[in-house]
Amino acid sequence: MNRFIPHPGLSVMLVIMWMVMVNDLTFGTLFLGLIVGIFLPLFTAAYWPGRPKVNFAVGFAYIALVLWDIIVANFEVAAIILFKPNHKLQPAWLSIPLDLDTPEAITVFAGTISLTPGTVSADVSACGTWLLVHALHAPDPAAEVARVKQRYEARLKRVFA
Amino acid sequence: MIGYALAFAFVALAAALAMNLWRLLRGPGVGDRILALDTMVINAIGMIVLAGIADGDGTSFEAAMLLAMVGFVGTVAYCKFLLRGDIIE
Amino acid sequence: MTGDFAFAELLASALIVLGGAFALIGSWGLVRLPSLMERLHGPTKASTLGLGGMLLGSVVFFQLVEGTWTTHELLVSVFLFVTAPIAANMIAKVHLHQLKLGKTPGPAGPPAEPGPDSLWATYEAPHKGTPGCFAED
Repeated sequence: MNRFIPHPGLSVMLVIMWMVMVNDLTFGTLFLGLIVGIFLPLFTAAYWPGRPKVNFAVGFAYIALVLWDIIVANFEVAAIILFKPNHKLQPAWLSIPLDLDTPEAITVFAGTISLTPGTVSADVSACGTWLLVHALHAPDPAAEVARVKQRYEARLKRVFA
Repeated sequence: MIGYALAFAFVALAAALAMNLWRLLRGPGVGDRILALDTMVINAIGMIVLAGIADGDGTSFEAAMLLAMVGFVGTVAYCKFLLRGDIIE
Repeated sequence: MTGDFAFAELLASALIVLGGAFALIGSWGLVRLPSLMERLHGPTKASTLGLGGMLLGSVVFFQLVEGTWTTHELLVSVFLFVTAPIAANMIAKVHLHQLKLGKTPGPAGPPAEPGPDSLWATYEAPHKGTPGCFAED
């Protein structure tokens, strides 16, 4: 199992992506998709050592939460862009201390931050324990950091448990 | 009804592309220009999708998908060039 | 049957209008916000959701009104949602890099240093033994 399917999540995703791309639900496309899904992770396994432990049930709940937040966030950002004059805007840099310690978890966390309310992740520190985030409108940066940590990072710690 | 929606969206995207073009010409920094180009690609994908709905054929979505991939690679290539072009370490 | 048809067309129209409006707002943010890091917020969020709305509208339209089954739109929107944060991150890194080369920072000022013994990854290679480091120990 470990040797022949190094990343089962990636394999399943590749098969689904292949089916969606070919846009055709027949046995032939499924067969080709399975070939892609099994051999591609096998050939690229050397570039992705180790397998992150992922709790998929919690992961799907997390994706649903993030999708909902993206929609809400967009209305907030749109309101700021349309109605808040530049001199009232208070942009700020936030340094978020990271409790996550695998590259996969940090990547997902940074991507989540970029897609949700008025924050874009800019950089990670060289020691891998801080995340640099730019906020479009943050009158209280400390509260923003606490909100992001509590809302996303706590959940991600359970996904990548 | 879908005709009115499409007309509105076409006008909105045309205005959005004009704004991106303004930012592309104005700058002031090279980062702003990269961002303007990236947004132009996204809006152009939107145009292709709308044209696909208006024509009622699904083949244009392959063009949209290719543009999404090439546009992303282009943005990253510009940024990488700027990050590696002059070395500060 | 006609009721369903009208509802599907209404839903597709609403999604397309919403998408167009968000794409417009994102580009308006690109024009009016004060500096690069603020401008980054408009296109990465509003335009991505705008395009997502349009693509969803297109799925609904082709599925329920035309009766043909296309999934490419879903792939395009998944791809955009995955790549938008990466593109934004690269542009933010270019901004950090140019701050070091003497560009004037925006209203937020320059970012604070992360700690006494390390810098941001744009300025310094990852330390050994950290998640981002692939060098041999």
